[in-house]
Amino acid sequence: MSAVLEVEDLAKSFGGVRAVAGVSFAVAAGELLALIGPNGAGKSTCFNMLNGQLRPDTGRVRLAGRDIAGLPPRRVWRLGVGRTFQITATFASLTVRENVQMALYSHAGRLGSMLARFGGAFVAEADALLDQVGMRAQADRVCGVLAYGDLKRVELAIALANAPRLLLMDEPTAGMAPRERGALMGLAASLARARGIAVLFTEHDMDVVFGHANRVIVLDRGRLIAGGAPAEVRADAAVRAVYLGGSA
Amino acid sequence: MTWSSILIQLLNGLAGAASLFLVSAGLSLIFGVTRIVNFAHGSLYMLGLYGAYTLIETFGRTPLGFWSGVALAALLVGLAGALIEVAILRRIYRAPELFQLLATFAVVLVIKDIALFAWGPEDLVGPRAPGLRTPVEIFDKRIPLYDLVLIGIGPLVLGILWLLLTRTRWGTLVRAATQDREMVAALGVDQARLFTSVFFAGSVLAGLGGALQIPREPANLELDLSVIADAFVVTVVGGLGSIPGAFLAAIMIGVAKAFCIGIGTVQWFGVEIAFSKLTLVVEFLIMGLVLIIRPYGLLGRPPAQQRHSGEPAPPLVPPGWKVAAVWLVPLLLLPAAGDRYLVVLATDIACFALFAASLHLIMGPAGMVSFGHAAYFGIGAYAAGLLFKRAGLPMEAALALAPLAAGFAALIYGWFCVRLSGVYLAMLTLAFAQISWSIAFQWDSFTGGSNGIVGVWPAAWLASKTAYFYLALAVAAGGIALLWRVLFSPFGATLRAGRDSPLRLEAIGVELRRYQWAAFVLVGALAGAAGALFAFSKGSLSPSVISIALSTDALIMVLLGGVDTLTGPLAGAALFTWLRDEVARRTEFWRAVMGLVILAIVLIFPQGLVGGVKALVARWRRARA
Amino acid sequence: MLTRQTFLAAAGLLVAAGLAAPASSQAPVRLGELNSYKNFPAFLEPYKKGWELAVEEVNARGGVLGRKLEIVSRDDGGNPGEAVRVAEELLSRENVAFLMGTFPSNVGLAVADFAKQRKTLFIAAEPLSDKIVWDQGNAYTFRLRASTYMQTTMLIPDAAKLQKKRWAIVYPNYEYGQSATAAFKKLLSARQPGVEFVAEQAAPLGRIDAGAVAQALADAKPDAIFSSLFGADLAKFVREGTQRGLFKGVEVFNLLAGEPEYLDPLKDEAPDGWYVTGYPWAEIKTPEHQKFLAAYQAKFKDYPRLGSVVGYATIQSAVAAIQRAGSLEQEKLVAAMKGLKHSTPFGDIEYRALDHQSTMGAYVGRIGVKDGKGYMKEWRFADGRDFLPPDDEVRKLRPAQ
Repeated sequence: MSAVLEVEDLAKSFGGVRAVAGVSFAVAAGELLALIGPNGAGKSTCFNMLNGQLRPDTGRVRLAGRDIAGLPPRRVWRLGVGRTFQITATFASLTVRENVQMALYSHAGRLGSMLARFGGAFVAEADALLDQVGMRAQADRVCGVLAYGDLKRVELAIALANAPRLLLMDEPTAGMAPRERGALMGLAASLARARGIAVLFTEHDMDVVFGHANRVIVLDRGRLIAGGAPAEVRADAAVRAVYLGGSA
Repeated sequence: MTWSSILIQLLNGLAGAASLFLVSAGLSLIFGVTRIVNFAHGSLYMLGLYGAYTLIETFGRTPLGFWSGVALAALLVGLAGALIEVAILRRIYRAPELFQLLATFAVVLVIKDIALFAWGPEDLVGPRAPGLRTPVEIFDKRIPLYDLVLIGIGPLVLGILWLLLTRTRWGTLVRAATQDREMVAALGVDQARLFTSVFFAGSVLAGLGGALQIPREPANLELDLSVIADAFVVTVVGGLGSIPGAFLAAIMIGVAKAFCIGIGTVQWFGVEIAFSKLTLVVEFLIMGLVLIIRPYGLLGRPPAQQRHSGEPAPPLVPPGWKVAAVWLVPLLLLPAAGDRYLVVLATDIACFALFAASLHLIMGPAGMVSFGHAAYFGIGAYAAGLLFKRAGLPMEAALALAPLAAGFAALIYGWFCVRLSGVYLAMLTLAFAQISWSIAFQWDSFTGGSNGIVGVWPAAWLASKTAYFYLALAVAAGGIALLWRVLFSPFGATLRAGRDSPLRLEAIGVELRRYQWAAFVLVGALAGAAGALFAFSKGSLSPSVISIALSTDALIMVLLGGVDTLTGPLAGAALFTWLRDEVARRTEFWRAVMGLVILAIVLIFPQGLVGGVKALVARWRRARA
Repeated sequence: MLTRQTFLAAAGLLVAAGLAAPASSQAPVRLGELNSYKNFPAFLEPYKKGWELAVEEVNARGGVLGRKLEIVSRDDGGNPGEAVRVAEELLSRENVAFLMGTFPSNVGLAVADFAKQRKTLFIAAEPLSDKIVWDQGNAYTFRLRASTYMQTTMLIPDAAKLQKKRWAIVYPNYEYGQSATAAFKKLLSARQPGVEFVAEQAAPLGRIDAGAVAQALADAKPDAIFSSLFGADLAKFVREGTQRGLFKGVEVFNLLAGEPEYLDPLKDEAPDGWYVTGYPWAEIKTPEHQKFLAAYQAKFKDYPRLGSVVGYATIQSAVAAIQRAGSLEQEKLVAAMKGLKHSTPFGDIEYRALDHQSTMGAYVGRIGVKDGKGYMKEWRFADGRDFLPPDDEVRKLRPAQ
C-alpha cells in the first residue's frame, strides 16, 4: 500500500513548551490509524498541524507526496482531506441535507452565486451520502435540533462529501453513548475501506481504538513512544506505564 | 509648543483621562461578565453628575459636603444600575445576542426625560472643589489643583479594582465569568446575584466618573450620548473586559486629545492643518488603528471560544409571494387614501425599511453586527447630493450612481472589518462611520460642512409626493427582494453557515472573509440606495445622515422587529418611524414614552415583534391541532 | 380630515361674502411651528413660553382676521430630515397656513429650502446662519433674529477701539462658530490693519476640552480673545480659563454670552468685564419691553430669557404679516412680509425687502457680577439696521432667488 499521508519530524512549541517534538508516521489508503495518548500528550496539536489550523515549527506533512504543512485548512481540504471535530461543527440553522450540500457546492466551486437558489443542486449526491451515514430520514430537519450522535453522523457525511483521500477524525465518538460509539466507528471504518480512504483518528475510548484501528501510534509528552498493530501496542510496557494500568 | 506647555497638556490629558477611565472600567466590567452592550452607561454617568450637583448643594459647599456628595451620588447611581438589571435585563438574558442593547437604549430615553423633568433644561454649573480651588504653579503656568487630584484618582481606582478582582471571591468569579460565562453557570454560582453585583459595581464607577466631573463639567442633558461613545471607544481600544487596558486606552485618548488642542493650527509645506478640529474624531482614528493592528484591543485576549450566548439562530424561511402581496398591495393603494402626509411618512418608512433590511443581512444571517451602518446610508445620500448639485448630473443619474459610491466605501471599510468579529467588528464599523461623518462635517468647501447640502429635489416627473412614494416603494421593494434572494442563494447560505460555524466552513474549503467582504459591499450599496432616496425625498441632507444616532436607529429597527426573521426589520422600521412620529406629536416627554413602549415590547416579545407574533401564532396553531 | 377641510372651505366662503361671524364661532387660523425643543431645551423652553404668551394676548384681543389664532407646535428632533417631514405633516395634515421656528442652522436651511419647494412662507425665528437670507436665501423665507454676521459686527467697534494686536479665537466647530470667526477676522482686519490672529481653537460643540483649550490659548500670549462659545462649552471655558489665569490682562469678546440662558448658569463665576451680546432683561425700560416683561412675569412667575423674546416676537411677526396681507394666501403673505414693520419688546423692526432679514437688534455690553450673579453692564441697544452690509454688497451675497 502507498502512503497517503506521510508525516516527518513534525514539531511545535508554545512559548517554550514543546507540545509536539519530532513526530513521524504514515497512513496508507484504506488504513485506519489511531493516534492515542493521555491528556496533554499533544494529540490535538498534532492533528491541527495536519489540517492546517496550526503551522508547524519544523517538519513536513506530505499528502500524496505534496508538502501541505502551513497551508490554511481550506486549501488542505481542497487537496482531499476531510475533517470531523472533537466538538461537532455543523451549520445549526441549515437542514441536514443543506449541511452536506454546502460541502458539495463548495467542492464544485458554486458557492459564489448570489442569485441562484441554494439547495437545488446536488440533492441526489447529498441524499446518497446521508444514506451511507444513516441520516437520510432526517434530511429535512434543522441541525440545531439534532441529537449529538446524529450530529456526528452529519459531520461524517460532510467530511466525505469531497471524496477525500484522507479523513481526519478528532475524537469521533466523544460525548456519545457507549452503544453508539461502536456503531459510528464501525460505519467510518467500513466507508473508509470501501472507498480506500486513509483515516487518522484520535480517541479516548480504548474499546473503539482496539476494535477498529488497523494500527495504533502512542504519543506522550509530544513524542511517539510506541506504534504497531493494536495487539502489540496493547502489550507494550511503555504504553502501559503511560496509562498507569488505565483503561488499556 | 514649549516644554512647559507640553508638560501641562500632558497633565490636562491625564486629568481628562481619569473620569473616562472610571466610566470605561465600569462598562468593561459589565460587558465582560454579562456580555451586555450597555447603552445606558452614559446615562448613569449623567445621573452621577446631576446627583452630585444636588447632593453638594444640599450638604453645602464644604470639603465634607463635596466629597460625601460625590460618594453618595456614585452609590445611588450604583443602586439605579442594579435596579435596571433586576427589573429589566434579568428577564431577557436568554434573548438573542444584542437584544439587551435594545432594552438599554430604551433606558437611555427614559433616563433623559427623567433628568429633564427632575433638573430642568438649564445647564447646572456645579461648585468648584472646596479646599482645592487654588491653582498650582508649574513653571510659569497654572493648573487647577483638582486636576492633579483627578490624575491620582485614576490609578487609585485601578489599584482598588485590581485588589477586588484578584483578592476576593467575587473578583475570582468576575474574572472567570469574563473568560467563560457558561463555566461559571456550570459551577453552580448564583448567576443572578453575580450579574446584579457586577451591574452595581459598574454603575458605581459610572456614577463616580460623573460625580467627580462636577467641578469641571456642567450637568447637562447631552452628556449621556457623548460619554457613551467615548466609553465604548476606550473599552474596545483597551480590550473588552480588561481594566488595565481601559486605563491605558483612556490615557492614550485623553493625552492625544490634549495634544491635538495643544498643537493647534500649524503650517506644513504651506498647508494649514488645524489639529484642534481633529478632536472630533481623534479617538475613532485611534480605535480604527488599534483594531487594525491588534484585533482584540491593546490588552484584550481573544475569547477562549466563540459561543453564542442565546439559542442558535433558527432557520430562515424564504418568503412566499403571499407574504409579499400582503405587504405590497395595501402599500400600493396607500396614496388613494388621500392623506398626503401618510404618503410622506410611508416614503420615509420605505427608505428606512431598505436601510434596516440591509443591516439585517449582515447582522442577522451573516452574524456581523455593524454599529456604523449609517456610513453607507450617508455616503449614498452625500454621493447623490454631490453628483446632483456639484457635478450637475440629472437626478435619476445621481440616484443610480449613489449606491456605487456607498458600495465603494463598503469595499474599503469592509476589507478591514471582516478581519474582526463580534463587538470588535461592530466598533470598527463605528469608527469608520465616525471618520466618514467627520469628513462630511469638516470638509466645508465640498460637503457643505455642518449645514450639508440643500436643494436636492427630485426631477419634475417625481416631484409629486405620490410619484416619489412609488419610486421609493419600487426601489425599496426591489432592494429588499434582492437581499432576500441573495440570502437564499448559495452565497447567502455560505454567510449563514459562516455565522453558525466558521470552523466548519473553513474545513470545507471556504474562505469566509471573502464572502463577508462581498456581503459588506452588497449591503453598503443598498444602504446607499436608501440614503440617496432619503436625500431626494427631503430636498436636503446634512451630516446627521451619517450620525451615530442614525446607526443606532437602524439597530433598533432590526432588533425591535426581530433579528431572526426576514420581515422583522421591515416591521421594525415601520413601527419605529411611525411611533416616533406619532408619539413626538402627542406628548412633550416623547422620549420617555418611546422608551417605555420599547421596553414593553422587549419584555413581552424577547424575539422581537415579528418573532414574537410568529411564536404566538405557532402556539395558537399547536393548541388547535 | 375631510370634515375639517369642508368646514374650512365653508368658513372661507363666509368671510369672502362679508358675513364674518364672531371670532369664537369660526375656524381658527392655524400656524405651524417646529423646533428642536429636546435638543436645545435651555433656549427653547423659554422660547415656547414666549410664543404662548403672545398667542394668548392675540386671542384676548380678538384673534387675527377675526379668527382665533392657534399654533400647532412640533419637535423636529434637531435633525434636518425629520424637520422636513414634520414640516410636511404640519402643512398637509394640520393644514397650517405657514411655518415658523427652527434653531440649528442646518435645520433652518433645510426647512427654508422645503418652504421654497412648497411655495410656503417660513419665518426662521432663531437660526443665526447668514446663509438663510444670503447665499441660500429664497423668496419664501424670512428671518427674525439678528444673524451671526450682525451680532459679530455689533462687537467690532469695541474690539477695534481697544487696538489690541494679538487676538486668539475659540469657537464651537460648526457653521455658527465658523462664520462668526470668519466674519470677525475679516471685519476686524478691515478696521484695524496689522491685527494678528495668533491662535485658533475649534472645539466640538458641547464637548470642549476646556483645560487644554485654555492652556493652548494662553501659550499664544494673546492680548485679546474672541469667542463664540455658548452653553456648557462656555461655562467650562470660563471656569478653566479663570483658574489658569488665561483672562488676566486679556480682553475677551464673546457672542451671546450675555443672554440669560448662558449667563445665569455661571452665577458668581460670570466673567467680569467681557464684551458680549445679550439681553439685560431687568434694565430695559422701554414701554414695549416693560409691557412684555410684566405680562411674562405675571403668567409664568419667572423672568424672560432671550428665547422668550424671540418666541414672542415670532408670533408678533406672523400676526402682523397676516393682518397686512388680509389673507392666508401664500403670495399675499410673502408680499406682506417684505418691508413688514411692527413693534417687538426690542422696539420696532422691519423685514427688509432686500434680503428678508429683520432689523431686530441686540444688546451689547459687558458682563458684571453683583449679588453672586452675572448681569450686563454698560449696555446699549444695537439696532440691527446699522449692522448690515451696504445694499449693493447684500445683493451680491444673495444670488438669484
